[in-house]
Amino acid sequence: MAEPASQSGILPANAWRLLPALIAAVAFVWLLSFVGPVARGASPELVLPWAPTLGVAFVLRLDGLALAFALLITGIGAICLLYAAAYFRTDRRLGALLITLSLFAISMLGLVTADEVVTLFVFWEGTTITSWLLVGFDHERASARAAALQALLVTGLGGLALLAGLLVMGSMAGTLRLSEMNAAGDLFRASAAYPWIFALIMLAAFTKSAQWPFQFWLPAAMAAPTPVSAYLHSATMVKAGVYLMARLTPSLGGTDLWFWTLAPVGGFTMLLASVWAMRQTDLKMMLAYTTVMALGTMTMLLGVGSAMAVTAAMTFLLIHALYKAALFLAVGMIEKGAGTRDYPAVGGLWSAMPLTSAVIALAACSMAGLPPLFGFIGKELIYKSADYAPALGGAVAAAALAANAMMIACAGLVGLRPFFGARRSPGDRPADPGWGLWLGPVVLAVLGLSFGLAPFAIERALVAPMVIAVSGGPPAIDLALWHGVNRALLLSLATYALGLALYLVVDRIRDGLAAAEPGLPRTEAWYDAALAGALRLAAATTNAIQNGLMTSYMRRTFAVFAALVWGALVLGQGAAWPRLTAPPDLIDWTIVALIVGSVIVVLRTPSRLTAIAALGGIGAGIAIVFVLYGAIDVAMTQLFVEILVVIFIAIAMVRLPASGAVGFRPGNAVVAGALGLGVALATLSVLGADLDRFMTGYFEAASYPEARGRNIVNVILVDFRGFDTLGEIAVIVVAGVAAVAALRAGPRTSR
Amino acid sequence: MNSIILSAATRLITPTILLLSVFVFWRGHNEPGGGFIGGLLAAAAFALLEKAEGRARAARALRFNPQSIAAFGLGCALVAGVWGGLQADTFLRGMWPLYDAYGLPFGSIFLFDLGVYLVVLGTICAILFALEDAVSTETDPGDA
Repeated sequence: MAEPASQSGILPANAWRLLPALIAAVAFVWLLSFVGPVARGASPELVLPWAPTLGVAFVLRLDGLALAFALLITGIGAICLLYAAAYFRTDRRLGALLITLSLFAISMLGLVTADEVVTLFVFWEGTTITSWLLVGFDHERASARAAALQALLVTGLGGLALLAGLLVMGSMAGTLRLSEMNAAGDLFRASAAYPWIFALIMLAAFTKSAQWPFQFWLPAAMAAPTPVSAYLHSATMVKAGVYLMARLTPSLGGTDLWFWTLAPVGGFTMLLASVWAMRQTDLKMMLAYTTVMALGTMTMLLGVGSAMAVTAAMTFLLIHALYKAALFLAVGMIEKGAGTRDYPAVGGLWSAMPLTSAVIALAACSMAGLPPLFGFIGKELIYKSADYAPALGGAVAAAALAANAMMIACAGLVGLRPFFGARRSPGDRPADPGWGLWLGPVVLAVLGLSFGLAPFAIERALVAPMVIAVSGGPPAIDLALWHGVNRALLLSLATYALGLALYLVVDRIRDGLAAAEPGLPRTEAWYDAALAGALRLAAATTNAIQNGLMTSYMRRTFAVFAALVWGALVLGQGAAWPRLTAPPDLIDWTIVALIVGSVIVVLRTPSRLTAIAALGGIGAGIAIVFVLYGAIDVAMTQLFVEILVVIFIAIAMVRLPASGAVGFRPGNAVVAGALGLGVALATLSVLGADLDRFMTGYFEAASYPEARGRNIVNVILVDFRGFDTLGEIAVIVVAGVAAVAALRAGPRTSR
Repeated sequence: MNSIILSAATRLITPTILLLSVFVFWRGHNEPGGGFIGGLLAAAAFALLEKAEGRARAARALRFNPQSIAAFGLGCALVAGVWGGLQADTFLRGMWPLYDAYGLPFGSIFLFDLGVYLVVLGTICAILFALEDAVSTETDPGDA
């Protein structure tokens, strides 16, 4: 993109870069105006008719859950779009990146506000496709393309499951509106199809939110540029699965199956991701694994499902979005400033990058759950919700304790290692980057601190409406830093002790994990095997079906056609003989003789040219039949098509190899005989049956008054059935393009 | 094909067929004919020209890229559809403002039929020319 050098206008020439961020910020402020009404119980709707006969409408609805997500998407979206504009300041792909990111933001916004199955699905797929483009942004790198394809296939699989599951729910409930389905939740829980619906919806949620065994795609998706990862893979898209589970909790939640699936899978994902986070040396990869850990935590809490657990999940969701986006963006600042994201390669940056250090310190403290940060409140809530779990309370608490301790170790790695110790970095002059990069992370980190100090600021406004939308009741507890000395506080203290101990030996843990890694089973291997199997299957079927032999294609096409015709004849009303009003006269017999004679010539002649001419004779005979019985239009069409076909074949023939003597091929004869006989019998049967002439009468009566034409055939083609014709001519154009492309490619390959 | 007789006859026959094709298209709404048949006829005229005088001459006579003609025809049909959609709220509803006012047989359906004519003409010529190119660029040494 050529940048004009002059900046003579009021705005600098590159002001367009800031436009997407500005729009997102305006949307954020506009959405803020809904906070009051939604907190008071309103849920504004936008309903547009879409396909009323199918019961499909475009419906957006802003309840507590949708509003909180929408605020995250627009707020963090504004920050990430600003950051991207600064991060790719000199990159000519910036325009494409900003457009794709904006499209993603719109899809995500639609996804969380959709209140109708089809609307939700369209936006869900929108996020899948735009994230594919964003992960594969560095499309010249093979690894980025592979990661993008992996994310697309895994989440695309979930998207299909989502559509199936939601449509089954819709047909059971008799409505496609999610709010109405949620109001009829017992209907689903009581039905025999519940396990199937549950499995389909969970497949969608688990793939999108990277739960085990689908967790592998998210770390791989770190091939995306930093602003994309901060936006998609921390704050928004990966939370779409969590959103789905939360949104459908009133419909599907509260059962044993729900609890015994979500809580163990979420807990396992949480622990697994925490362990592997400690293995990473690339800070961005480490953050990716801690994101998987956070998603596992939310899944586990939604699985527990008590009011306390839902409160904890929703609070943690907000907390995590704030600190994780800040950390991702700050790691990008380290990369820009110091030249690497590998923490062993940097140190002592505190004095050179004070702002970056401060942002990371605040966000990492929130991640570690230290008071007075917002993260502390979230961690306390998680421990409290373990007390109220229907089962496995001790296991939930123990798993959360272990995962949180590992988070402290990771927080230490990201928050301490790059800034203390001896000064070293690959870049020669590490420094804080420009305002476009630091503004957003600073805002996020400061918000994390202020919500920790004053949790009541968002409790009524955001958390309570979210919890009400998910669990139907108000939050089980006030958000506060201090709840007195209780079990949660003791668990927090134990977490700090364990976390500190882990941090002290984290280097040894990392090296141990790195050594053990090659020998461990990976679920990604299942993906690789499934993909390879699908490709082998595709290759095998293609080789079997697309063998490149024209005669083979025609034989199969005709055989299938013959089977269909005979099937209809045998299974239907059977063959019938038409009543003839008059016996065939001489001219009819002449035409029959012409056609039959031509057929014999086609079959017997050794010369292609003769065969083609005789084929034209058959067509001419049929055209004469049309003329005799008054179908002039059809006769003319038939005749001209015959002429053109002969010309085409004659041109192509010049290049065909000399045919030589072709022997009698019984297989082909059987197929040809079956098809010819079948079509003849079917045609006779149609004539033998009583025709309903209702449409004929209608066309005759309406042709002139309504369509200003007396030629019924033409009026039907261009007016009464105009839509069919439009489709047909579109097919003709496409077929022409394909034929020309194939003909142009042909000689090149044969040369 | 270098035949003086064919070449000379083509000079008379081609314009005649083209005129005939326009006539057949024109009368199609009330008498046998119409856009599809007219398009086939016009394509046959250009096929004849192509066989008699060569592909370059036929392409020049056609003036436009045949695929552009086909695409333009599809555009005509779409415009005809949108016309009815905008004015009568029904996609492809026939609109005959000139016919109803002055008795002139022009309207959205005429435009639609013209689209069919151009699609058929353009596509057939495109395939015909491409086929001729493919055949003539393949030089087979064994074929003397």
